Amino acid sequence: MSGAITDAHADHIEHDDHGPTKGWRRWLYATNHKDIGTMYLLLSLVMFFVGGSMALIIRSELFTPGLQFVDPAFFNQMTTMHALIMVFGAVMPAFVGLANWMIPLMIGAPDMALPRMNNWSFWILPVAFGILASTLFMPGGAPASGWTMYPPLVLQTGDAFPFLIFSVHLMGLSSIMGAINVIVTIINMRAPDMSLLKMPMFVWTWLITAYLLIAVMPVLAGAVTMLLTDQFFGTSFFLAAGGGDPVMFQHIFWFFGHPEVYIMILPAFGVVSEIIPTFSRKPLFGHDSMVYAASSIAFLSFIVWAHHMFTVGMPLTGQMFFMFATMLIAVPTGVKVFNWMATMWRGSMTFETPMLFSLGFLFLFTIGGFSGLMLAIAPADIQYHDSYFVVAHFHYVLVPGSIFALMAAVYYWMPKWTGHFYNESLGKLHFWLSTIFVNVTFFPMHFLGLAGMPRRIPDYSTQFTDFNSIASVGAIGFGLSQLLFVYVVYQCARKKGEVASQAVWDNPRGLEWTVPSPAPYHTFATPPKISSDAAFS
Amino acid sequence: MIRKLCTGVLLLAASSNALADWAINMPKGITELSAETHQIHMIIFWWCVAIAVVVFGAMIYSLFAHRKSKGAVPATFSHSMTAEVIWTVIPVVILLIMAVPSAELMIKLEDTRDPDLTIVATGYQWKWHYTYQGEDVAYYSTLARNSAAARRRGSGIDPSTVDNYLLDVDNPLVIPQGAKVRLLLTSNDVVHAWWVPDLAIKKDAIPGYMNETWFKAEQTGTFRGQCAELCGMDHGYMPIVVEVLEPAEFQAWLENEKGGATSLAATSGEQK
Repeated sequence: MSGAITDAHADHIEHDDHGPTKGWRRWLYATNHKDIGTMYLLLSLVMFFVGGSMALIIRSELFTPGLQFVDPAFFNQMTTMHALIMVFGAVMPAFVGLANWMIPLMIGAPDMALPRMNNWSFWILPVAFGILASTLFMPGGAPASGWTMYPPLVLQTGDAFPFLIFSVHLMGLSSIMGAINVIVTIINMRAPDMSLLKMPMFVWTWLITAYLLIAVMPVLAGAVTMLLTDQFFGTSFFLAAGGGDPVMFQHIFWFFGHPEVYIMILPAFGVVSEIIPTFSRKPLFGHDSMVYAASSIAFLSFIVWAHHMFTVGMPLTGQMFFMFATMLIAVPTGVKVFNWMATMWRGSMTFETPMLFSLGFLFLFTIGGFSGLMLAIAPADIQYHDSYFVVAHFHYVLVPGSIFALMAAVYYWMPKWTGHFYNESLGKLHFWLSTIFVNVTFFPMHFLGLAGMPRRIPDYSTQFTDFNSIASVGAIGFGLSQLLFVYVVYQCARKKGEVASQAVWDNPRGLEWTVPSPAPYHTFATPPKISSDAAFS
Repeated sequence: MIRKLCTGVLLLAASSNALADWAINMPKGITELSAETHQIHMIIFWWCVAIAVVVFGAMIYSLFAHRKSKGAVPATFSHSMTAEVIWTVIPVVILLIMAVPSAELMIKLEDTRDPDLTIVATGYQWKWHYTYQGEDVAYYSTLARNSAAARRRGSGIDPSTVDNYLLDVDNPLVIPQGAKVRLLLTSNDVVHAWWVPDLAIKKDAIPGYMNETWFKAEQTGTFRGQCAELCGMDHGYMPIVVEVLEPAEFQAWLENEKGGATSLAATSGEQK
């Protein structure tokens, strides 16, 4: 691959005098995709710990029956805020940060297409989360109706209510602008000769994700706006007493909500599709069918929303449709897993930290996929619904799914960002601790759900004690293990590790490995040339 | 956090003598449909196990056999139409095999025709209200007093000393064995959900809606569940207890209730 590139980067090194401005202006006025990417990643790391602390409050309370630390009202605020912060503050901005850093580098573009909008879409987020966090100190406390915000319950929120709606609007605004930027960049700024099907999988999955974001974030905005007018302007969209329909909110919310879960996993698929080939020393198996599989998943995500609602009393035919459509998702998802497996097959594998996290992803995300398949079976889902089985399922696809992929991505690309390797032994230790504790935390939740424990309860009957205690110990272990991650990243950012070469890894594919390490402030001022037989697929 | 953990460990040690049974699977329940639900749950579970053995087996083999440290030389293949078709078609076939019994069970679950008895359950923050249609019997069902006392923070009551902690009510729902009971569900305030695992019934109680479901209990006894849809502060404290009586006993109970006598159910709620 690298042989196919002209030494275009020799030119832009000379332009290195366009370095960053000094001080706070560099960050507040940032338009450079690398600076904005870094800010997104740091914000999401902070949010990961804020949301994680809330999870630890939840797990501490659930360690043993009876109430020890918090009251039920505050417990509900914690489950709600934990979810909102993890979904909108940790996972989504982290993937946007990676997109900012890597998409221009992977397609040979000098920057994102719309740098000032990029600045705006980032700086909205700290404001949004500031507003959301401030609700904790308001009369009536933070929102406590779950992140799904079902009416009529959500309308019982205290003074926090309009702030909740406004912060969701801001998060949506930021996501939509970020998505527009990604699409415009990918469509217009690819290096000459990089046809769509030659794009790396990470770029592909982000392109699909960006379309999903544009399609569904306005739907969420609409839903929460209707809540706002129901509360303050006398409408009755969702109020039965005024002729409205509480179930309609659930339909609208999940029409957003189901694509949303793929927004959080498709870029993770992209990350893993970059890393597994590098450490298997073999090209990604079935590049094109991976693209088609990701597109099929995106399409199906729009027609399965009501599988979150099998107990609301839909007509039988509706339940049938959503059951069959949901089962279909297993097919393209299976294709992806099998293709990763075939990529590793007869490769020459080594197990550096990014590969370990990708393998952790592959095994544990698949377990989440299995519970997903079980949840698709509507008559069984009626038992699983709103129980800890569901909590186990979505944490398996989000923590060792999305979060592990994010960890893998950081370890994989950090040498390119900083020019130095992280501490490999500590990285591996971080992986093993995370993997052990994530299973200790979430696996027992399957048993709790099947045995009949509902989700979102602050206290439980004594027969659920053992597994709850185990899960709580795992959660605290997982939380503490992540401090190790911060230390490893800090060390690497302070350039304490071994110096990384331009290629960093053993002959990886992709344009990002053709620029020096650390990547200069400006890259690809002149588009790179890709020979027509460049082997992306 | 460490202090909390220590406190927790001490509390666990204190309560460990009262640890209850280790239920790890869905109950088979007491109705024909709960048994069928359990069965379909086990079928899809075993399919998952079978797929896991094949997929994880291949991956683990590959992880050990195809590693650089063993001198593995990477192959260069990068696509195979045959393989893609195989691993698309096989999952489709498995899904078709699963779709048929699932759809059949769904149809049975929705068949609420010809009930022997109709009961309306209304959700309130945070209790249930039951009305026996055409029988002039109606009452509230709330968390039992001993649980309500123990659940407060700093109550000083060890939950393990409370019988059926958080799963006991003052007035259980009483139904006759072997009768097809149609349950109509609605709510007076926010969305609740009526869930009793042993009946394999979970249905939302929604303001402005009248949802329906049904069950036919085949065993007598007391069966417990909880509200399953977040309904506010005390969502965790609105349990459901169903007491299944012999038909004759049930008739006696019903007649007694119609007389406006103090609820027999209130005493049976004290039973284990």
